Amino acid sequence: MSGQAPATGSAGVPARIGIIGAGKVGTVLARLALGAGHEVLISGSGDPAKISLIISVLAPGARALTTAEVAREADLVILALPLSRLRTLPAEDLAGKVVIDAMNYWWETDGEDPQLAGPAASTSELVQAHLPGAQVVKAFNHMGYHDLDEKGRPAGHPERLAIALAGPAGAVEVASALVEEMGFDALPIGELREGVRLQPFSSAFGAATAAGPLRELIEGFGETERGREVLAALAEGETGA
Amino acid sequence: MSTSDQRQSQTEPAAAAPGTGPTTAPGTGTLTFGLNTFGDIPADASGELISHAAALRAVLEEGVIADQTGVDVFAVGEHHREDFAISSPETLLAGIAARTERVRLASAVTVLSSDDPVRVYQRFATVDAISNGRAEVILGRGSFTESFPLFGYDMAHYEELFEEKLDLFVRLLDEEPVTWKGRHRPALTNASVFPTTEHEHGLPTWIGVGGSPQSVVRTARYGLPLMLAIIGGEPTRFAPYVDLYKRAATELGQQPQAVGMHSHGLIAETDEAALAQHFATYKTMMDRIGSQRGWPPLTKEAYLSEVRDGALYVGSPRTVAEKIARNVRALGVDRFDLIHTAGPISLEARRTAVELYGTQVIPMVREMLAESDGTARA
Repeated sequence: MSGQAPATGSAGVPARIGIIGAGKVGTVLARLALGAGHEVLISGSGDPAKISLIISVLAPGARALTTAEVAREADLVILALPLSRLRTLPAEDLAGKVVIDAMNYWWETDGEDPQLAGPAASTSELVQAHLPGAQVVKAFNHMGYHDLDEKGRPAGHPERLAIALAGPAGAVEVASALVEEMGFDALPIGELREGVRLQPFSSAFGAATAAGPLRELIEGFGETERGREVLAALAEGETGA
Repeated sequence: MSTSDQRQSQTEPAAAAPGTGPTTAPGTGTLTFGLNTFGDIPADASGELISHAAALRAVLEEGVIADQTGVDVFAVGEHHREDFAISSPETLLAGIAARTERVRLASAVTVLSSDDPVRVYQRFATVDAISNGRAEVILGRGSFTESFPLFGYDMAHYEELFEEKLDLFVRLLDEEPVTWKGRHRPALTNASVFPTTEHEHGLPTWIGVGGSPQSVVRTARYGLPLMLAIIGGEPTRFAPYVDLYKRAATELGQQPQAVGMHSHGLIAETDEAALAQHFATYKTMMDRIGSQRGWPPLTKEAYLSEVRDGALYVGSPRTVAEKIARNVRALGVDRFDLIHTAGPISLEARRTAVELYGTQVIPMVREMLAESDGTARA
């Protein structure tokens, strides 16, 4: 987690959560963070006035700010904007922070991008490359936003679902605690590169299941056609590098 | 506006003016009920898919049945994919218009981003004339993007194209000469657009929204009625969107208009028959789309969960009516549209669903809501 010793809630999750992106996913995550007792800062793509009404109705209690302000003032930041807007993020302001990447490459929003669409694309690693000082964790991307919205349950509940996370161990620990607070079991699956197992076209993409079945889907990735293709493409990239 | 038309008369053509008519108040028993289809290609008795042309003729016949059985709106959605036959909604609506008397004829949706607002207006104004004022357009961005390369538009302008074209379309509703300038269509200088309609304030126009809060606010800003596509998850999750729409309209100085919802489903004589007919074909459709978008195949468990608690309306007339009544009440919407086709559902099953919707489901929902309204007031 960040070295700035921010005020922390339970299990070391910083008190002040920032969310960049005020669409379907961003507003759901804002509600979940508010529900977990956090102070929430949120931004859309421009003037905060454009989203203040949306936030006051869909995530009352969250503060609408500019993206730069959210990046600066929050202790942990969740990215819920279109992946194609990655380049608009203020890298310096996010340095030293845990940044959770909830984005997916979605060609219908992001435009056709052969690099992002190919099997060798590991989109959270691209996010990390753009935010060199941040500790990027992939999480929340594989579950549909309406499942996120509706299906959070208290710890130990028989219907509690799981969310998989990939990233560096320390940052994953912080992000996992946030996932747990939001009503889901956290399932860490390894380093950021393992996030390819959670991307669109993987069998875990779209999964809204308990931790056991989710783990099976993720571990079985290499046995699926898509999994073989992705893992081979990534291995080839490493050899070439 | 338009959603209140049928309240004034069940037999006369709609003639209310957009922006001026009273919106239907929730719980007053004056709900509007629609059927929607994208022109999925049905299977014939031997299980073979029929042609696009035959699929279009099937939709036309369903429009006629809808008219005869008391459905308020029949809406057809524009797509440009092999699995859906309707790419030119207003041509099909014109055909239905010539054979019907009462039912309102709508698009759900017209993909405005990749069309010319002036041409859209002219085509719908023509349907409006043929149908004696029964045409209605639902404008949207669409949930598919095939129309962009087909008509030479760049996906990079996805948001901007809709914003700009909607701005022009709303000005056309005045049916006065228009002067307008944008980036993606040639400018207009004092241009008149014909034919004009017999509505006081132009074509009844709605905006279809899939779940983007920004789109909800935009609809409120233009003072247009809102149609929510509720395709998955618990419908009550959309209650804050209805609230957002109403608050945004008020804050932006507009009169909140009607709010509607549309969702998938199928009605048969029994729950079992409906589930048996719907699951496999709905799965065919969803898996086909999922294979292009990266979703895993639909499981029976997820499907049944959607039928039980989510956005699917599948079952006997009573089962479906109860679910519609419950969600209409919970969301406070003024209109419910059922998308009665999904994948290769047989023609026979589709026709039965259209008949049962008009003759049984709609009266049952009206009755259920009237009862609960009476109870609430007692």
